[in-house]
Amino acid sequence: MGEKKVIDARDTYCPGPLMELITYMKQASVGDTLELLSTDEGSAADVPEWIHKVGHEVVSNEKVEGVWHIQVRKAK
Amino acid sequence: MKILVVGGGTGGTILANNLARRLSGEIRARKVRITLLTASDRHMYQPGLLYVAFGQMATDQLYRDQASLLESSIDFHVDPVEQFHLDKNQVTTKNGKVHEYDMLVIATGSRIVPEQIPGLTEGAETFYTEATAVKMFKCLREFQGGKVAVVVGVPHKCPIAPVELIFLLHDYFKARGIRDKVTIKYHYPIGRIHTIENVAKWAKPEFERMGIEYETLFNVKEVDVKNKVVKSEEGTETGYDLLIAIPPHRGMEVIEENNLGQGGWIPTDRYKLTMKDHDNVYVLGDTTNLPVSKTGSAAHFEAEVIAENIASIVKIGAPVRDYDGKVYCFIEAGHDRATYAMFNYLNPPDLKPASKPMHWFKVAYNQMYWTSVRGLL
Repeated sequence: MGEKKVIDARDTYCPGPLMELITYMKQASVGDTLELLSTDEGSAADVPEWIHKVGHEVVSNEKVEGVWHIQVRKAK
Repeated sequence: MKILVVGGGTGGTILANNLARRLSGEIRARKVRITLLTASDRHMYQPGLLYVAFGQMATDQLYRDQASLLESSIDFHVDPVEQFHLDKNQVTTKNGKVHEYDMLVIATGSRIVPEQIPGLTEGAETFYTEATAVKMFKCLREFQGGKVAVVVGVPHKCPIAPVELIFLLHDYFKARGIRDKVTIKYHYPIGRIHTIENVAKWAKPEFERMGIEYETLFNVKEVDVKNKVVKSEEGTETGYDLLIAIPPHRGMEVIEENNLGQGGWIPTDRYKLTMKDHDNVYVLGDTTNLPVSKTGSAAHFEAEVIAENIASIVKIGAPVRDYDGKVYCFIEAGHDRATYAMFNYLNPPDLKPASKPMHWFKVAYNQMYWTSVRGLL
């Protein structure tokens, strides 16, 4: 069972939520879960698209009080 | 009070100078001492490397002596820190000297790690060091036509650099009269051509006007140097005759070796700019783990906030303001035109059409930097 790390990418335009997530996914170990916090509306679609394309796993994707909480698991 | 600044790049130098000026009376009265420790006796203007790669700036124009940039009241040593003892408010340097502090500022920066991607070091040109920028220029000079592929590692310093590179490549080959013999293909890690949505919206028609091909959601996995093919994590690949890479970055080894932050990025409060769980330790520039551009501009604005706050702590016992995430980046748009992106945590950039005056302002800034880094601009 891997660790869960929270990436706070709220209110950021550069490098932006998905770029932040890619950075931390590279540092993570297989099995780790990462939770991305984002206020960027595009993240809800962009992040799952990238995760599926690379072959990782989206655990959950929900908006709570204006903030997207997207949990992903590193699969390879 | 002993204030110790570790790192003499853009952020550390601006901070030390700004602070020395704000606390000049206290320094003269021997109530405050500012020490700066760094690894080099030379200071590099890093944005100049892109110009070097296109033969538009000589390598000696990149440097000034670090000592010449610092206020004389700053106790300056070329002796990099090797060990941080945050529990004792001490650091130990390469020469074995122990420095104690009351307030510490860590501004050690970042480094390129092309070796993290198999084949990238051997197969790609880059411009993030003096040697590689010169090599890239020679390579461009010899290039007579074919497919140029540009790939972007994550994370990377200067997020505007990938699009600026494209504009300069287009201009360079056009000026040599071989643009019709060159195809340029741009590959970007996320689902649009730049991470800042407004920059992506602005650049897309520019790319189309110049005939730039592009592929998004392309994270470099490996370079097959023998067959001249670059492969992505997403399962696609591109052939090339000339590969140019924005290399991935990490924080400095000393940060990782001292367990101050994963990847060399120190956990930092996004408003106070203090290190997590260490109120007397500030973090600055590329060294932070903040979701903020790794640029000299961010380091500059952060340095001003930290200098003002440390000075006010000395004078009134409390900091006076927060960092609002401000970044200002010039964007060279080719054909002697430029624009800029200015934004903070709450306000996205609103890009203006590229213009010649903004390009000449950028050219002037390449010299004005030396005034800026002295903390005067």
